[in-house]
Amino acid sequence: MSRRRHSDENDGGQPHKRRRTSEPIEIEDRLESLICRVGEKSTSSLESNLEGLAGVLEADLPNYKNKILRILCAVARLLPEKLTVYTTLVGLLNARNYNFGGEFVEAMIRQLKETLKNNLYNEAVYLVRFLSDLVNCHVIAAPSMVAMFENFVSVTQEEDVPQVRSDWFVYVVLSCLPWVGKELYEKKDVEMDRLLSQIEGYLKRRVKTHVPMLQVWTAEKPHPQEEYLDCLWAQIQKLKKDRWQERHILRPYIAFDSVLCEALQHNLPPFTPPGHMPDAQYPMPRVIFRMFDYTDAPEGPVMPGSHSVERFVIEENLHCIIKTHWKERKTCAAQLLSYPGKNKIPLNYHIVEVIFGELFQLPSPPHIDVMYTTLLIELCKLQPGSLPQVLAQATEMLYMRLDTMNTTCIDRLINWFSHHLSNFQFRWSWDDWSDCLTVDLEKPKPKFVKEVLEKSMRLSYHQRIVDIVPPTFSALIPAEPIFIYKYDESASSLPGYAVTITVGNAIKNRASNEEILTILKEVPNPNQEDDDDEGESFNPLKIDVFLQTLLHLAAKSFSHSFSALGKFHEILKTLTDSDEGKLHILKVVYEVWRNHPQMISVLVDKMIRTQVVDCAAVANWLFSQDMAHEFTRLFIWEILHSTIRKMNKHVQKIQKELEEAKDKLEKQQHKRRDSGDDEEMDKNSEDEEGQLEEQIERLQEKVESAQSEQKNLFLVIFQRFIMLLTEHLVRCETGSVDISTPWYKNCIERLQQIFLMHHVTIQQYMGTLENLLFTAELDHHILAVYQQFCALQL
Amino acid sequence: MSAKLNALNSDSYTDVSQYRDQHFKGNRYEQEKLLKQSNTLYVGNLSFYTTEEQVHELFSKSGDVKRIIIGLDKVKKTACGFCFVEYYTRADAEHAMRFINGTRLDDRIIRTDWDAGFKEGRQYGRGKSGGQVRDEYRQDYDPARGGYGKLAQQHRPTETRNSF
Repeated sequence: MSRRRHSDENDGGQPHKRRRTSEPIEIEDRLESLICRVGEKSTSSLESNLEGLAGVLEADLPNYKNKILRILCAVARLLPEKLTVYTTLVGLLNARNYNFGGEFVEAMIRQLKETLKNNLYNEAVYLVRFLSDLVNCHVIAAPSMVAMFENFVSVTQEEDVPQVRSDWFVYVVLSCLPWVGKELYEKKDVEMDRLLSQIEGYLKRRVKTHVPMLQVWTAEKPHPQEEYLDCLWAQIQKLKKDRWQERHILRPYIAFDSVLCEALQHNLPPFTPPGHMPDAQYPMPRVIFRMFDYTDAPEGPVMPGSHSVERFVIEENLHCIIKTHWKERKTCAAQLLSYPGKNKIPLNYHIVEVIFGELFQLPSPPHIDVMYTTLLIELCKLQPGSLPQVLAQATEMLYMRLDTMNTTCIDRLINWFSHHLSNFQFRWSWDDWSDCLTVDLEKPKPKFVKEVLEKSMRLSYHQRIVDIVPPTFSALIPAEPIFIYKYDESASSLPGYAVTITVGNAIKNRASNEEILTILKEVPNPNQEDDDDEGESFNPLKIDVFLQTLLHLAAKSFSHSFSALGKFHEILKTLTDSDEGKLHILKVVYEVWRNHPQMISVLVDKMIRTQVVDCAAVANWLFSQDMAHEFTRLFIWEILHSTIRKMNKHVQKIQKELEEAKDKLEKQQHKRRDSGDDEEMDKNSEDEEGQLEEQIERLQEKVESAQSEQKNLFLVIFQRFIMLLTEHLVRCETGSVDISTPWYKNCIERLQQIFLMHHVTIQQYMGTLENLLFTAELDHHILAVYQQFCALQL
Repeated sequence: MSAKLNALNSDSYTDVSQYRDQHFKGNRYEQEKLLKQSNTLYVGNLSFYTTEEQVHELFSKSGDVKRIIIGLDKVKKTACGFCFVEYYTRADAEHAMRFINGTRLDDRIIRTDWDAGFKEGRQYGRGKSGGQVRDEYRQDYDPARGGYGKLAQQHRPTETRNSF
């Protein structure tokens, strides 16, 4: 048995690039590699590596100056966690070649303008921070940096701009101060004091309506969930009080001080912040996630306090490492664990906190959820003696605070924990959580355990779950995911029973759709006294009989059920022609598979994709009275959000087709203009254009229709929420009962979740929402959610 | 401006592996092209008892799954430890390669690899006994994959053939 290896063959596949050593591409790669990997895997010190590299680059400047400029600008933007390494390098180059230093600064300014123009605000922060650290390396003169900061802060004086705009400029200035505050204060303390006082004034008058919507916990204890600017301000205040003494940041340039202080400095050109543009997308506000403090790390180095600047720097750097390496989990884990200065901090705690902070971030995590699960597993592999314990401690803490945790975050915790456990044979000290058995099962703790067990079962099987939990937990074990067939042998007296037998046989004998429809005509319609001749009107019993039988025969697996839905698609379309039909089919699917929520989800997904039901029908079904008892279960919301996402993707797809058709038409028109006076070509071109124009018209209609359906879906969902919540609030008020039941907390946070998870789409319909639904007459509890959402964009 | 650095662009988990399907109908170039565009993953080292539902739950974590085809023993028509997972988009499949490949399903480390696309017939094992080739020749005992390898089973004494 031979497995021919790919690289041994040369039979017409991709030609293997054979490069000669002097080719420009190879030199560029070499330079990139040298610069990106400076200091890595070396027995020499970082300083001596930098010295060596500076020498190499200086020698290469005559021939490769532009390449070197490009690479250095890129690392400034893309490797912020190694900021001071590269500012030192630039400092050394500037000391050896003043002109190069000047050109670098100019290139950075150009790059800064570009990033701002392209709405890359997070990267722009790194560029400004780089420039500010260049002050420490004697590349940029302190007064000119202060001048740039003054220009930034003056944005707070602008009127009629979104708050998130001025927020960003203030954030940039504050976030540079850990690196350069000391130097700037030494040179320009009066100006800096004025700057800080302006910032303080701005922060006092900022509106913070958005904060509750972004907090992971509603409780202030044990760690307040602070708004990000408030936290940073407190950290800078403390730094100032400590006379700008900052000891955490690695500063290689200190070792080169004698060389660098001989260098001539450049002045930053005056930089006017670009004006506000209507299509600007400033970063959304954030809440700083904290779950640990110095009391949580039992031995070893002490965790820096929540308002220490060290905490800010550590968290920034860890976030940057994840941002750089998230696609490569082994590298990411290794880079996190080799954080410089790790011996002075409880690094494992910081890493776990930062990772959970991202996983729980609202509206959504920076990266796909499953990345964090796999990254944590990778970290456990690399530090088997310490990290798993920290993770267990963290899980325990998160469990203990479930009562005040945001529902969306609890969802993510459920998914993370069950997936994590499935990689470790589901080993967990469940007995430690037996307190959850003593309270109402709708409370957050038992609910959490229940959902975790359900998800764990999906990744394994029912008996496994029975085996892994203590017998006391039996009330929380999910039901065995088996089909519930209404028309079994004991049900022979039920109306329609006889037809289930006939239909079942017909299906097994591969009868045609027409034959089956004929059989189904025999099903009496409980909604009518007499059948009309066609039997075409909505007949719930007919749907019940057919679908129960079909799904029963196909219950063996997902594939069997999908195949069944596909084979009898025509019949299903006929039966669900009306809105009531669509609602009823969903009802039947639920009834037969109510012990197998996973099956319900995939069947609903398939039925939407094959247009047996539409999205609005699914929404109406989930909010119907029949489903009220399941309303707080996770699978309901997974179905709803999946439905909304399908709707959104559908709209995007048709919009894309429309854009492509328009582009094609434009190209065609250009061709005709350029083709000259060839009559025949002209005529063909005209025909093609005519066809394209028709196509565009059709697509335009399709887009409008899809957008209308999308808007309607959101209206239905919001209307239903408002009805349910209002009912509850009124009932509580008249009964003088506290509104804060577990059901209410779930419902109001689910409403928040709709806004947060689909904010991009919902933005388009704000006008309608405000005029029709979220009006001033609404109960203030409900209106508050809407107002907090609006505040996110201001 | 959005100059990317090759040195930082590593995404090795989504690279194509060395394996090439020897039954692929087409030339090497076509195969490479399909692999680079594919939305379908081969998943290997599954337990024979792993269900479509379990595969769906795990692989849905990286995106919406379009379909799953469980690999079958050609003779017995029962699961023989591999499957294909097809996504609606390439991006979702890439996330699976980055974050699901090399993690556990049913307590086993599973392996994912790009596949040129499912074609009828490819759901069957290609080993002589009907299962996967790897199960023909392996020497170890794996209770989740039929015990000993097929060749090794032939050499075993009659311990499995006692019938009382």
